[in-house]
Amino acid sequence: MTVETKLALTEQDIRSFSEGKQEPSWMTDLRLKALGELETLPMPTPDKTKITNWNFTEFPTHTVESNVYTSLEELPEEVKALVNTEEQKNIYIQHNNTPAFVSLSEELKAKGVILTDIYTAIREHSDLVQKYFMTDGVKVNEHKLTALHAALLNGGVFVYVPKNVVVEEPVQVIYLHDNETASLFNHTLLVADENSSVTYVENYLSTVEKTNGQANIISEVIVKDNAKVTFGTVDVLAEGFTTYVNRRGVTSRDAVIEWALGMMNDSDTISENVTHLVGDNSEGHVKMVVVGRGKQKQNFTTKVIHWGKHTEGQILKHGVMKDEASSIFNGIGKIEFGATKSNAEQESRVLMLSEKARGDANPILLIDEDDVTAGHAASVGRVDPLQLYYLMSRGIPQKEAERLVIHGFLAPVVNELPIEGVKKQLTEVIERKVR
Amino acid sequence: MSTLVIKDLHVAIDGKEILKGVNLTINTNEIHAVMGPNGTGKSTLASAIMGHPKYEVTSGSVELDGENVLEMEVDERAQAGLFLAMQYPSEITGVTNADFLRSAINARREEGDEISLMKFIRELDSKMEFLEMDVDMAQRYLNEGFSGGEKKRNEILQLMMLKPKFAILDEIDSGLDIDALKVVSKGINEMRGEGFGSLVITHYQRLLNYITPDHVHVMMQGRVVKSGGPELAQKLEAQGYDWIKDELGIEDETVGQEA
Repeated sequence: MTVETKLALTEQDIRSFSEGKQEPSWMTDLRLKALGELETLPMPTPDKTKITNWNFTEFPTHTVESNVYTSLEELPEEVKALVNTEEQKNIYIQHNNTPAFVSLSEELKAKGVILTDIYTAIREHSDLVQKYFMTDGVKVNEHKLTALHAALLNGGVFVYVPKNVVVEEPVQVIYLHDNETASLFNHTLLVADENSSVTYVENYLSTVEKTNGQANIISEVIVKDNAKVTFGTVDVLAEGFTTYVNRRGVTSRDAVIEWALGMMNDSDTISENVTHLVGDNSEGHVKMVVVGRGKQKQNFTTKVIHWGKHTEGQILKHGVMKDEASSIFNGIGKIEFGATKSNAEQESRVLMLSEKARGDANPILLIDEDDVTAGHAASVGRVDPLQLYYLMSRGIPQKEAERLVIHGFLAPVVNELPIEGVKKQLTEVIERKVR
Repeated sequence: MSTLVIKDLHVAIDGKEILKGVNLTINTNEIHAVMGPNGTGKSTLASAIMGHPKYEVTSGSVELDGENVLEMEVDERAQAGLFLAMQYPSEITGVTNADFLRSAINARREEGDEISLMKFIRELDSKMEFLEMDVDMAQRYLNEGFSGGEKKRNEILQLMMLKPKFAILDEIDSGLDIDALKVVSKGINEMRGEGFGSLVITHYQRLLNYITPDHVHVMMQGRVVKSGGPELAQKLEAQGYDWIKDELGIEDETVGQEA
C-alpha cells in the first residue's frame, strides 16, 4: 500500500512562495524538482515500525505569520527560561515560521562566522548554502519525506564557522511553536570548516497542548577536516504533529561530531540520526535520551556509517517508556569495506514503567571489513526492586526513589547538554513526562 | 530511651525457612553484636527487619517503641528510626551521593522545611573528613565503581548523616583492611550514646576490638543459641564455635539442619 500524497500546494504555490522569499533560481528549481518527484518516491521504511497509515502530508496551512522579538526580554516566559538573556550573545529564535530574533557577537561576525535564518542565508550566502544544502548530507530524493521537506521548506537556520575559528560560547537556536495550525519544515544547516569548532544547541518547543500540523525537520551537520561540532537538541513537540526528524552528520578527516539528543516529543515521531564518518580518523558519538508516554508511537534509528579508516563510532541511547507508549530503538553500526581499524560500539537501554509500555532495542552491526572492532549491548527492563529497596531503606518514599532511579538512568545523556538552561529544561521535561 | 523488640521471628526466602524464632531486645545506648559462622541466618535477620522484598516474615514480630515495624513500608521503617548498613549496597547510576543523601534527609523533614544547601554541605564535608573520604566521593554516582572499602565507608557516612535510632550493620567489616576497619569503627563509636543503639553483625571478632559490644549473641540454625557479655566474643576468638556446638549438641550449625 502506498500513501496518497495529495498536497494542497501546487507548483505555482511553491514558485510564488520561493519568489516571495526572493530565493535565487537554484533554490526555486530545487523545490520544484522535489515537488515533481514527490509522487514517485517511496516512503522511508523505518525498521519495525509500520508507518503506512501515518499522515505525513496533510496540514492546515503552509506558513503562518507570527510576531518578531526586538529583544530577548520580550520572549515568552517558557522561552526565557531556556535563555541566559544577559549572557547569550549567539542566538537565533524562530517563532512558528517567522524568523523572530537573531544575535551574533561582533567578535564572531568579524571572524566571518555566519548565524542567520535560512531564507537570508539562501539569499545572501547563496553559493555557500548551495554547496552544502542537501548535497553531502541528506539527498532531496532519498524518499518522499526528504523531497517533501525540500519542496516545502519554511524555516530554519544557517550556521557557518570559517577555517580555524573556535567559537567558545555555544550557539543557541530556539524553534518556538505556539500556533496550532503551524507546520514546521525547518532546515538546520551547520558547516564547520577546517580546524574550527563550535557547540550548537537547538530546541524545539511547543507551548500549545495539541496541534494538527506537520513537523518535517532536517538538520545537516558538515564537519570538515580536524573540526569539531557538539550538537545538542531538546525536542518538545506537541501531541498531534506527525514528526519526521532527520539529523545527519558528515565528517571529514580527523573531524569529530558529538550528538546529545533529548527526544521529548509528545507527538508520534520517526527520528533518523545518521552520521557518515567519511574522513580517516574521524569520530561520531551519539548520546540520545527518550521519554515516551500516553499512546505515543516512536521509532529512533541511530546509524553510524564508517567509510574512513580508523574511524570511531559510538551510540548510547537510554529510553524510558510509560503508559501505553511504544518505541523502537534501532541502532546500526555499519563498517564499509576499506574502513580498516574502525570501531563501532553501541548500547541501548530501555526502562519500562508500566505493563502496557513497549520498548524494543534492536542493535544491528553490518560489517564489510575484517580488520575492525565492534560491539553492542542492549537491555530492556523495569526498575530494579533492589535499587528501590536500597533508596527506600534510607527513608526515601517509593515515588521519589523511582524518580531518582529514572533521572539517574537518563543522566549520562542529560549531563552532556552544553547549555545550562537547556539541561535544566530537559530535566524538567523529563520530570513532567515521567510523573 | 527507645527499644527494638524482636519476638519469635520466623523468616523464609523462596519458601525456605531461614529464621526459626529469633528473640532479641535492643535498647538505645546499647551495642549488640550478633556473631556466628556463615549460613546461620545473621544477614537474613538484618534484611527482614529492614523489609528486603525477597524475605518473607512468616510469623513473629518486630516492634520499635511498641510500633509494629513489619506493617511499615521500607521507607517508613527508616523514617521510624531504623537503618541498615548493607553488605552489598546497590549501585545507582546518575544519582550523586550528595543528591541521594539530601533526598534522604529531606524525606524526614516537612515540605518547606528542607535542609539548606549550605548546612547540608557543611555537615557532609565534616562527616566525610571524619571518615577520611575523598571530597570527590560526594559528587560520584551512588556506590558506582566504589571499592569494597569505599562502599562500607559510604554506608557509615549515611548512618552519620541520617542519625537513626537503631543501626543494623550487616558485616560492615567484610573485605576491609585494618585502616578502613578503624575508620568505620570510629564512625560507629562516634554515634554511640543516649539516642543510638546498634546491632552489629559479624563473624570476625576483630571488629569487636574496635567497637566494644555491651551484649554478644551467637546465631546457629536460624536462632540465637547463646548470649553473653563482651567476654563471649573473646572466648569465640580464642576457641572458635565448636565448644558451643558441643555444648548444645549441634552437628551442623547452618540453617536447614535440625539439632
